[in-house]
Amino acid sequence: MSYIAKPSAHHPALPRNALGLTRRDYEGSMSTLCAGCGHDSITAAIIEACYEMDLPAHRIAKISGIGCSSKAPTYFLSRSHGFNSVHGRMPSVTTGANMANRDLVYIGVSGDGDTASIGLGQFCHAVRRKLNMTYIVMNNGCYGLTKGQFSATNDKNSPSKKGEANPFDAIDLCQMAIQLGAGFVARSFSGDKRQLLPLIQAAISYKGFAFIDVISPCVTFNNHPASTKSYEYVRQHNMASENKLDYVEPKEEITTEYDEGTSTSVELHDGSHLMLYKVGEGHDPRDADMAIHTIRTNASKGTIVTGLLYVNEEQQDLHDVLGTRLAYVWNQNTLPMSELCPGSKALEGINARLR
Amino acid sequence: MSGINDFVIKFATVNGSGSASANTMVAKTLFRMGIPVSPKNIFPSNIQGLPTWYEVRVSEAGYLARRDGIDLMVAMNPQTYAEDLAEVVPGGWLLYDSSMPRIWPRDDITLLPIPIAHICAKQWTDARQRQLFKNMVYVGALVELLSMDMEALKGVISDQLKGKEKLMAANLQAVELGRTYAREHFSCPLSIHARPAEGAKGKIMVTGNDAGGLAAVYGGATVCAWYPITPSTSLAEAYEKYARRLRVTKEGKRLYGIVQAEDELAAIGVAIGGGWNGARSFTATSGPGISLMSEFLGLAYFAEVPVVLFNIQRGGPSTGMPTRTGQPDIISCAYASHGDTKHVLLFPSNPTEVFSMGAEAFDLAELLQTPIMVMSDLDIGMNDWMTDPFTWDDSREQSRGKVLSAEQLEAFKTVKGKPWGRYLDVDGDAIPYRTLPGTHPSMGSFFTRGTSHDEYARYTEDGRIHARVIDRIRRKFDTAATVVPKPEIETRDKNSKVGIIYFGATRPAVIEGLDELERTGVRLNAMRLKAFPFNEDVKAFCAAHDQIFVLEQNRDAQMRSLLITEADIPATKLIPALSYDGMPTTAAFVRKTVLAHLQPEKAAAAE
Repeated sequence: MSYIAKPSAHHPALPRNALGLTRRDYEGSMSTLCAGCGHDSITAAIIEACYEMDLPAHRIAKISGIGCSSKAPTYFLSRSHGFNSVHGRMPSVTTGANMANRDLVYIGVSGDGDTASIGLGQFCHAVRRKLNMTYIVMNNGCYGLTKGQFSATNDKNSPSKKGEANPFDAIDLCQMAIQLGAGFVARSFSGDKRQLLPLIQAAISYKGFAFIDVISPCVTFNNHPASTKSYEYVRQHNMASENKLDYVEPKEEITTEYDEGTSTSVELHDGSHLMLYKVGEGHDPRDADMAIHTIRTNASKGTIVTGLLYVNEEQQDLHDVLGTRLAYVWNQNTLPMSELCPGSKALEGINARLR
Repeated sequence: MSGINDFVIKFATVNGSGSASANTMVAKTLFRMGIPVSPKNIFPSNIQGLPTWYEVRVSEAGYLARRDGIDLMVAMNPQTYAEDLAEVVPGGWLLYDSSMPRIWPRDDITLLPIPIAHICAKQWTDARQRQLFKNMVYVGALVELLSMDMEALKGVISDQLKGKEKLMAANLQAVELGRTYAREHFSCPLSIHARPAEGAKGKIMVTGNDAGGLAAVYGGATVCAWYPITPSTSLAEAYEKYARRLRVTKEGKRLYGIVQAEDELAAIGVAIGGGWNGARSFTATSGPGISLMSEFLGLAYFAEVPVVLFNIQRGGPSTGMPTRTGQPDIISCAYASHGDTKHVLLFPSNPTEVFSMGAEAFDLAELLQTPIMVMSDLDIGMNDWMTDPFTWDDSREQSRGKVLSAEQLEAFKTVKGKPWGRYLDVDGDAIPYRTLPGTHPSMGSFFTRGTSHDEYARYTEDGRIHARVIDRIRRKFDTAATVVPKPEIETRDKNSKVGIIYFGATRPAVIEGLDELERTGVRLNAMRLKAFPFNEDVKAFCAAHDQIFVLEQNRDAQMRSLLITEADIPATKLIPALSYDGMPTTAAFVRKTVLAHLQPEKAAAAE
């Protein structure tokens, strides 16, 4: 039995957010992933982000593909509708859901096999469509559920548990996302909640395609010392150039002192801000070319840049592109069939043109 | 046999030469004269240069099936002269461009030589005009040869040139050149010609794909995702055309969204995402797309997500014949996807039914919470059909099925006596209640998945629960059989034990074929299937007949297989009648197939 419900009772003194909800109200069922799995830390960060942002959980849709990562949505936000679709196809399902109702928050969860291999095409086209969603890849460089095969994001020469070196170059999803026109691109590490939390909050606030590639070690198959996706390796090689970063909610005032020379403030569509401290040498996340340069030069040195890599403050989303400019919920709650069906009179006119 | 208001003209031209619109004008003109016509465009998978044909059957009696035996061939393509010549019936006519000397090795037909290229070269200097107006010159000649109504033709040309009115005069000039030449050189009209009639009065002329796009607008679809594939492309384009006209609010809000997806996998994924999130949602595709969409169709079946799919069938297997018609996807659609899956199929027989069944498909998808496939084909989808006008009952209730509001969720246990479970059958019809994202702050959320789940949508690996859930979904199929359209039964002789089962585009061929048989004393009762699963009427018809022809446009008698396995009809009763050359089936095929079986000696003698 892989479904374990959590007891719903909780301590009465747990703190509550503006909606009167506790963190427990944002949890899901018990995780069935391996103990120590990086994915569980990302789950915890998503729960924390939604709690802190006072998001009504039922206004969030969580959608995934297939794999360990895609199981994760069961473990957070049990008050949200979830859709565990087919392998590599989360982006298309999310596109349809978003077209049907633009007023929900869409969190897509995928893995490196789900996104960089079987779903690479769908990933590219969701980016290109500027779908308003938060796309999180739980990236461990391997196929966990089928017992540890390399995935397309595993670094070249990084060996498997049995010691075989990976002969192929890795696909860097962040570089791809930037090149394809994603508006918000970040990389993070499941072991760095201090960095991951504000990135998730900012991604949710961002209107447009927000992508976070989270390196999330697979404790069972890809956490040996020689793996470049292990906790140890990532901790040692993490160029957390923007590790110190704050998410400031729209309602909050920016109270902290920020040093002009070492911080950048990025305003998001909902009025919230992302304060970025000391970005790596000369890195401006609003410059796509520089972002790609920073990723590549660090990769060549064996270091991993994490943090907000790129943000386009003026991106349109799919509804803007399609010309459905005003918010409109296309479901039965707000749009009755009578408004959608043109009726018999219009049909007479159509028949007349076909005579 | 042929005569006034009863003949077939065939145009043999080169793809991309502008002939298609000229040929359509001829068909439309005859239609506006009130004469039933049935045009068939036989085109290559090509944009320019390959042979293409356009047949127009004219039948005052109202027979709209394709008919072999060409009375008048307009032979404009030297590539195909030999085969085009061979198709003309003895005593028929062949019109050709005589600018270059040609030899036609037949003396049993009448030649109608017109130096079309010379006429155009004399009149126009621009190379493109010289080419395009060639078509209008032969149209002009046909006006005289066939007694076509010039005013009707003018109206048709003017409709086609909407937005390009400047071209009207030159087009009419070309028509006049053709008319004059024909009058001066031939005895007009020919014995086959047109005269105003009543049979087409009140009818419309439209393609099934145009009707399908309109059906999606009337059916309330707000999400459309598609990937270009012949012959389905024009359905999505028609949806966009009609939605732009009919689905924009006064404030300029678009009440529809269309995504041209990156492939068919994404197209069905988008459609399913939309259906899951409360929209009426659809895609359109053809055979290869069905193969690609199959995994997702299994998900929608098992997770019970409403979605509509228009399958405009073409010749398979593999890429097959992309521009020829067929009904080869019956099995692949009925059982699309791995595991135990079954899908509801609807079989419209003409554009009017594509409209009515297409709109109904959206109701059925939500009622049954499952994919509904509208099984059209290239013949219905891309050819113009003379058909009954579209109708809509404004009092019709377009039910969204069992979808719970926040209030209904809260009252569920009190009203139904059971707590709500996404996959719980509380009404005994095997249809559970669904909820949409965003409905209630603390109730009704669930996890949709293609992995096995219990009645409360929780993941399970307990085989007993799995079996219980898929049994319930199978029972839902029994409910489906009671709500899908019933077959149309035509009893020609209540004592006859011989019947024919058919569906879709073969309807005109069957009606005409059975009429011809009846004139020779052979009476068959007919049942036209409109849907799968089969309901009781289907079984009753089969029980009442001993010999039943099953007419279908595929090699493997797929519908027959479905009748055997799904309705328990004895295989020995069901006689396959299979036409799969990619062309619309003819009445002659129906007649010959039936006679070959019922009167083998006579049929052999007649051959």
